[in-house]
Amino acid sequence: MIAIFKKEMSSYFNSIIGYIFIAVLYLFSGIFFWATSLFSDSASLNGVFANLLMITVFLMPILTMRLISEEKRAKTDQALFTAPIGSWSIVIGKYFSALAVYAIGIGITLVYGLMIAFYTVPNWIEIIGNFVGLFLVGAALIAVGIFLSSLTESQVVSAISSYAVSLLILLTDGLAGFFNDKILHETISYFSFSKHYKSFTLGLINIADIVFFLSVCLLFLFLTTRVLEKKRWK
Amino acid sequence: MIEIKEIEKYYAGKKALDKINFTVNEGEILGFLGPNGAGKSTTMNIITGYIAPTNGTVLIDGFDIIKESKKAKSKIGYLPEQPPLYVDMTVKSYLSFMYDLKKVNSNKQEHINEICEKVGISDVYNRIIKKLSKGYKQRIGIAQALIGYPPVIILDEPTVGLDPKQIISIRNLIKGLAQKHTVIFSSHILSEIRAVCSRILVISKGKIVADNPAELLSGASRMSNKIIAHIDGNTEKAQEIMKGVEGVLEINDITHKGDDIYEYIVTFEKGCDIRREMFKALAQNDMPIIKFDIVEPSLEDVFIELTSREDVPDNDQDKNSESLYDKSEETSGDDSGDGSEGFAENIDSQRSDSDDSDI
Repeated sequence: MIAIFKKEMSSYFNSIIGYIFIAVLYLFSGIFFWATSLFSDSASLNGVFANLLMITVFLMPILTMRLISEEKRAKTDQALFTAPIGSWSIVIGKYFSALAVYAIGIGITLVYGLMIAFYTVPNWIEIIGNFVGLFLVGAALIAVGIFLSSLTESQVVSAISSYAVSLLILLTDGLAGFFNDKILHETISYFSFSKHYKSFTLGLINIADIVFFLSVCLLFLFLTTRVLEKKRWK
Repeated sequence: MIEIKEIEKYYAGKKALDKINFTVNEGEILGFLGPNGAGKSTTMNIITGYIAPTNGTVLIDGFDIIKESKKAKSKIGYLPEQPPLYVDMTVKSYLSFMYDLKKVNSNKQEHINEICEKVGISDVYNRIIKKLSKGYKQRIGIAQALIGYPPVIILDEPTVGLDPKQIISIRNLIKGLAQKHTVIFSSHILSEIRAVCSRILVISKGKIVADNPAELLSGASRMSNKIIAHIDGNTEKAQEIMKGVEGVLEINDITHKGDDIYEYIVTFEKGCDIRREMFKALAQNDMPIIKFDIVEPSLEDVFIELTSREDVPDNDQDKNSESLYDKSEETSGDDSGDGSEGFAENIDSQRSDSDDSDI
């Protein structure tokens, strides 16, 4: 697992992908930080986090699209699956590498918190809550992205399907609004990422929300290993 | 070392492998021979655990490749048909990654340097794989299979894309491996298989059609009944003289080779050696023999014969391999590999006539 993690990390930063992801994230978070905090004299980073959620959803496929599809296309998966490691180690190693790049990206928000601390006392609870929330949303999206990447040999198909799924996840709230039936409405909105994310933005770290995101991660990572195993038995 | 039992593989309902059985002993170099699509790569992918068989088991040093996959896989080094290279990496970081992936315990740098030296990639050690030639890529693929010196090494067409000098060095490398390793390797190049392997397995249409030691295929041609001769002198007269020799059945494929020299393919009755008589007869008539050789069936002919037969033998492996074993003893190949026309048609008739005409 560590070997895979190291290899994926170096491949993010030996190619341009890791830098682009982080640069774009820094650029937009910088713009939002300037606009919603510095320019409007606010000590709250809520504006930054709210916008970063959207940016994250759009950037995530860049991180996940090639993780498995590229291995299949280049047939390098033959080296991985004939090595003495299980498919879990492979998937988890890849997952954590994407997660690490993502954490480096959104880590900038903590720097913004420190910058605010020069002028006034920031609301650290709110910032940490937001950060944990954003991290968990990203963690879940990466898991979904890896799963979609395992379904195809094409990075493009993998990226487009991740965009579609990410958008669908974002739109779940709006979708739920169309249903009058209470049970249906509740069920659909339960799967809304932004609903679970919302309490974090208030600085509330709710166990149920953490469990929700962790379950999504585990479910999709598990499905990914199943897809890989299935290919062997086909 | 490797036991393959009743392996079957279906792709989308289509049978790709049909009850493959064989074992490879320690230190053996097994050559895997077969036309494209015969199931060579599928078999290799199953042995290495990349894909699972529909039925049957594979044991590597006693460990089941499915049930005890980690233990079994740690004993295998595999070069697939397409080398599994991360082309954006440098040779150094790639081999270092493969070393970590295989969880090898030794002095890492020393070990990798030694392997690079062996396969001849030390000079590109710090280069990016993408920019290297096919020959280098292939050898990097071989290098990763050797990492950790696993007891079982499986190479799917390792010499593809190499130049003749590299082919020879890789062949020698593989031969050298046999002392400590068990090697399975596949190739289209029959002379290569014969040069390297201690045993040859021929696979066709998902079945093993022959399993026999290489020396039988390459041994003296005891079954040949054709002679190729270049004779200087009038062609009609030469034919007349040769027909006069006892045992000669027919003369055909006469080709002009320049000046007054003609090439003849002389078919003779099996069981009699006509060479001495022929020489004497021609010498008496002052017709010098420029070239004189027995037409031996090449391994190519044996291969084509084995893989193109309509009635691929039935599932009864023991019986099957035994009968083929006998047969190949009779149809042993040659080293020259030239001028073996007509062998395929004759193989069956020769088979029935097994009192060897050992010329």
